[in-house]
Amino acid sequence: MTQGTQDIDDLIALMSKLPGLGPRSARRAVLHLIKKRGRLMIPLANSMQKVGATARECLNCGNIGTGDICDICTSAKRSNGQICVVEDVADLWAMERSGVFKGRYHVLGGTLSALDDIGPEELRIPKLRDRIASEEISEVILALGATIDGQTTAHYIADNLPGVTVTSLAQGVPVGGELDYLDDGTITAALNARKAL
Amino acid sequence: MIEWRDEGPLIAVRKHGETSVIIEVFTAEHGRHAGVVRGGTSRKISATLQPGTQIEITWKARLEEHLGSITVEPQRSRAAQVMQDRMALAGLNAVCAILSFFLPEREPHAALYARTVALMDLLGQGDVWPLAYLQWEMALLEESGFGLDLSACAVTGTNEDLCFVSPRTGRAVSRENAGPWVDRLLPLSPALVGRDNTDANILLGLQTTGYFFEHHLAPSLGNRALPASRARLLDVLNRQS
Repeated sequence: MTQGTQDIDDLIALMSKLPGLGPRSARRAVLHLIKKRGRLMIPLANSMQKVGATARECLNCGNIGTGDICDICTSAKRSNGQICVVEDVADLWAMERSGVFKGRYHVLGGTLSALDDIGPEELRIPKLRDRIASEEISEVILALGATIDGQTTAHYIADNLPGVTVTSLAQGVPVGGELDYLDDGTITAALNARKAL
Repeated sequence: MIEWRDEGPLIAVRKHGETSVIIEVFTAEHGRHAGVVRGGTSRKISATLQPGTQIEITWKARLEEHLGSITVEPQRSRAAQVMQDRMALAGLNAVCAILSFFLPEREPHAALYARTVALMDLLGQGDVWPLAYLQWEMALLEESGFGLDLSACAVTGTNEDLCFVSPRTGRAVSRENAGPWVDRLLPLSPALVGRDNTDANILLGLQTTGYFFEHHLAPSLGNRALPASRARLLDVLNRQS
């Protein structure tokens, strides 16, 4: 419990619900914000209010932006016939950080999961089919997790997208990785995907 | 504090809070058993916590009826071997989902455990796996009290020209004795009795086992729909046959 007012306690309670924060770290964060009120707290509150009012899912790809259609979908430069399918917006942002992919994205919003009862209808697969036809897509790159659920989804999508090239990301040794520290599954995948030098 | 060690394939993983997961393991001596793995979402352990991985577990709880916590020691991974193989992946999903769906918790099934581990070890061997899977489903039905008796005709006791299975009793019926019930009987695929194991016959056999899952086992579990992974496996088998 803090010695502050109810409003501050409410703010701490809300902050403690954020990922990575608990009540103790939320208290530290709120105290820090109060100390830096002018430089941090007020701009943060303004920014949150603004994003809270405008943030929405792109109607085309499922990315999060502040308009109905996101910047990637509206950019003519990104229309190169490739579409990268990712599970979540966080994956899209990770791909964008690398700066390597120059095409467009499609966010599925999850993976097929028997346990959680997530079937193809719950994912944005019908929309993906529509986009392939309307945006003249020649290659679909499946950038899904190297997990059982991720690869099950990848195979399902590949089976249900006839007439278009479907590729997937490679699996194996990460950059900077040492074999000694890899699990046997990763080593198996890397060995299966070996290439001639 | 209660504590025991056991081993078995991991059959389900669910996120629990921010950093933990609840796993289900089909163990050799304690049956289908769940528990919390603290830190289960970390990069270090998430590769181990994939369905199908054979793991050794230590389960601890203050009381027997508590969910308990589990520490995991990987024995062998199966995920990497099956990920590139459409049928193996569909098969692994179906086996894990069916075990999680049908098996009661904390009830040992030693014979089914042995068959399940053997079946999972066969994943990737597309020529023998579908038949092994059909036989595994029959073993699961038997373990659940709905075993098929296909040795003789339910009406006359003959073992000649057995062509049907009674949807009510799971017993074989000969063509001659099918009579007016022929439209209501299920086909007896030769693959169910180990003969003529073609892909088409295996699929026919899976339709019969599926009927018993859906109409006899599932209703006793709250009438939920069968796991979609089984239908997906049948779809993959159908495409490959």
